[in-house]
Amino acid sequence: MKRNFTATRNPCKLCAPLGAAVVYQGVEGCLPILHGSQGCSTYIRRYFINHFREPVDIASSNFSESTAIFGGQSNLIQALENVLNQYEPQMIGLATTCLSETIGDNVSLILNEFRKKYAGKELPEIIYTSTPSYSGTHMDGFHAAVLSFIQHFAQEGPRLDQMLVLSNFISPEDIRYLKQVLADFGIDGFIFPDYSDTFDGETWESYRRIPEGGTTRRQLQSLGQCRHCIEFGASLDGTVSGAAYLEKSFGVERHGLNLPIGINLTDRFFEVLSVIAGRDIPSKYLKQRGRLIDGYADAHKYVFGKKAAVFGEEDFVIALTHFLFEIGVVPALCATGSSTGTLRREIEKLSNDYGHPVIVREGADFEDVASDVELIAPDFLLGNSKGYALSRKMKVPLIRVGFPIHDRIGGQRILHLGYQGTQSLFDNLVNTLIAHEQEQSCVGYTFM
Amino acid sequence: MTRVLPQRKDQVQCKGSGASPMACERHSVAGSVSQRACVFCGSRVVLYPVVDALHLIHGPIGCAAYTWDIRGALSSGPDLHRMSFSTDLREKDVIYGGEKKLETALLELIEEYHPRAAFVYTTCIVGIIGDDVDAVCKRVGERVGIPVFAVHSEGFKGTKKDGYRAACDVLAKLVGTGDTRGISPFSINILGDFNIAGETWMITEYYRRMGISVVSTITGDARVDDIRRSHGAALNVVQCSGSMMYLARRMEQDYGIPFTRVSYFGMEDTSQALFAVARFFNDSEILARTSDLVEKETARVMEEINQYRRHLNGKKAAIYVGGAFKAFSLIKALRMLGMKTVVVGSQTGNAEDYERLRAMCDEGTVILDDSNPLELASFSQQKNADLFIGGVKERPMAYKLGMAFCDHNHSRKYALAGYQGMLNFAKEVYSSVMSPVWKFSPRAGKRGAQ
Repeated sequence: MKRNFTATRNPCKLCAPLGAAVVYQGVEGCLPILHGSQGCSTYIRRYFINHFREPVDIASSNFSESTAIFGGQSNLIQALENVLNQYEPQMIGLATTCLSETIGDNVSLILNEFRKKYAGKELPEIIYTSTPSYSGTHMDGFHAAVLSFIQHFAQEGPRLDQMLVLSNFISPEDIRYLKQVLADFGIDGFIFPDYSDTFDGETWESYRRIPEGGTTRRQLQSLGQCRHCIEFGASLDGTVSGAAYLEKSFGVERHGLNLPIGINLTDRFFEVLSVIAGRDIPSKYLKQRGRLIDGYADAHKYVFGKKAAVFGEEDFVIALTHFLFEIGVVPALCATGSSTGTLRREIEKLSNDYGHPVIVREGADFEDVASDVELIAPDFLLGNSKGYALSRKMKVPLIRVGFPIHDRIGGQRILHLGYQGTQSLFDNLVNTLIAHEQEQSCVGYTFM
Repeated sequence: MTRVLPQRKDQVQCKGSGASPMACERHSVAGSVSQRACVFCGSRVVLYPVVDALHLIHGPIGCAAYTWDIRGALSSGPDLHRMSFSTDLREKDVIYGGEKKLETALLELIEEYHPRAAFVYTTCIVGIIGDDVDAVCKRVGERVGIPVFAVHSEGFKGTKKDGYRAACDVLAKLVGTGDTRGISPFSINILGDFNIAGETWMITEYYRRMGISVVSTITGDARVDDIRRSHGAALNVVQCSGSMMYLARRMEQDYGIPFTRVSYFGMEDTSQALFAVARFFNDSEILARTSDLVEKETARVMEEINQYRRHLNGKKAAIYVGGAFKAFSLIKALRMLGMKTVVVGSQTGNAEDYERLRAMCDEGTVILDDSNPLELASFSQQKNADLFIGGVKERPMAYKLGMAFCDHNHSRKYALAGYQGMLNFAKEVYSSVMSPVWKFSPRAGKRGAQ
């Protein structure tokens, strides 16, 4: 009998300020500041750096004991001044932490004081998101920061033939792919947040204070004028999301979609694009789709009936589960660290459609996942690199996707989305299973 | 030009210009992007390698998530330290207090994992919401019959160094509670080595060959029961003085155990360390065995090191590390490879450390306290460094600029201590500095012109 622990053991989630920092990193000329202890910034930087392998500068208001007693005003103002002095950012993304939230700092008031102090001077835009680490997960921080930007920048104006993609927490490679897709459809559109360069850039001749790239100010200013907004993530349906806000306040047409992984979900994405663009799906993508189906056929036997354990952010897990079902894998366990009810709702729907029982764990940690994995004995694990301890212990291969990937090179360049991303995911999955079997076999087969 | 914040001007020096002492041991400047973490980090890294203790982080999830399996501190037995436990405080805990949750969490975990002790790390908000963590620990400790201690490591209550001290406070509570019978008069404790990539094992093996027994290793591959009887040792040998001097002083005061400060990075320092310990025991056999060991070990690695030296001679290095003591050793080790240190800094050095650094360095060397990415990148570029030695956060900065890099951090996989460690170090520096990939770097053509 599995027992429940009060403590979280080996967490399968991160804290909200990290998610906000991802968004800030995806805006051109933006420097993040976390309002809290020095450790929050440094730990989050370290966590990013180990995945993206890029310099990531995140400032801190660096609380001391007196700050905690008298409030964070003077520290935050000093942090803002020093960031302006050192980095000359075009924008500052500010997020709170558990500490500044618990002592009850009124950040908006402090920002007003700051603006008053520098009245008459040109200041960068300061976008502020409340991200108390004791509520939700990093994904709540991410979506809250997206909404802050939208609320800050969106304004009325003539409708533009322009599309916004709120792309959820995906890889830099995924963002580059989406941009290419929009371009190939002839759609004038942009991705927010766009950290495809800032989190995966070129080498430099001299150090850059803020890496190049990101969603531009001009793009952000046109948010309210976009005709369409595609928003990825089943968890955002029916919530006060960025796209819902734009639809309600500015009449931007919202298209809520799952992350396009697998043929079914990618088809839906391309259908929407095709309707919006008023043109057929470019043949390049039809060919990609065709090759993917051909690939499915070539390798279907190696995956059919195999059992998988999937873990990670809920929207990502949902999309991956769609993909697994469509290739004949049984996603026997689907787990996430958050507890919004979305994962259960979506996976149970799928489980009914396909007629396979699935264990769904919300609010899970890796030890919960471990005890389920012991029970169901999956053929592979699918998720981020934090599953490696479990993979090693259970001698079950881990297919690394999502964030973080701390024990391999190239996590930032994994393509998950579209027919092409699915193709590489599928090939990787099949080859991992074949390699595993090959290594276990007493015969050294050199053919499949 | 390097832009240094006005509040930081006296934390940046260039040897040869001005002689005012380095301003240091300060709270980091808000908005500076310090490379330091927080008080909690200091405590967490010091206690982390105690492998048979339960480490429970009392706070919201981030602090536990970001420090899960954070150090390459190896264990020869249990690996409970590699798990990340958190009370995962939520909104309602912040409002109503987290004591009950903590107590239940502790009792369940102790029942499940049978640790020899439990450490409860307090994080930022625990101090604010007013949980009486000491009382909970005391209650649980009495109930389950193992030491259960609060580590007072609220992130904002000082710097990483205060975290070291909070960790030492807890260790000091363990010391003196075990049975010291049967401990040899020729015995030591190894303080301040964390068994990264098995370094504590290498060092322990040197002492074994010298005829000296090791009572406890604090905290590399440490066992709670060994720490409890560590007051039976004749000498404390302290490395990484930043984190462990406080414990060494406490043990001297409470148990009359003398200490000696050493470093095991570089052959010169390793030999010095081993001889210092041998001389302490003033035993001719130990001294003879030590000389023999130093001679053999040196001979074993010297030839290969010299091969690397031939290629590295004249190259320039920048160093940024946590404790200044490590920087001293690195400067010497680099010299052994014919390399010159052009930038050196530390997160937690004190005035005495910086004085010593200044004495060691060549004219023109930039010396930094509690630096940040912009300063580090700018100075190492300005000084034309070929190599950067630092931790995870400095690595991509070096690579972006086409600079070689040597990992001297908690998660490295190759031992850098002792004689073998010097060889590994030379090899790592060589494999990065000599890599042909740098010629593709945009900075490659511009080097020397700066």
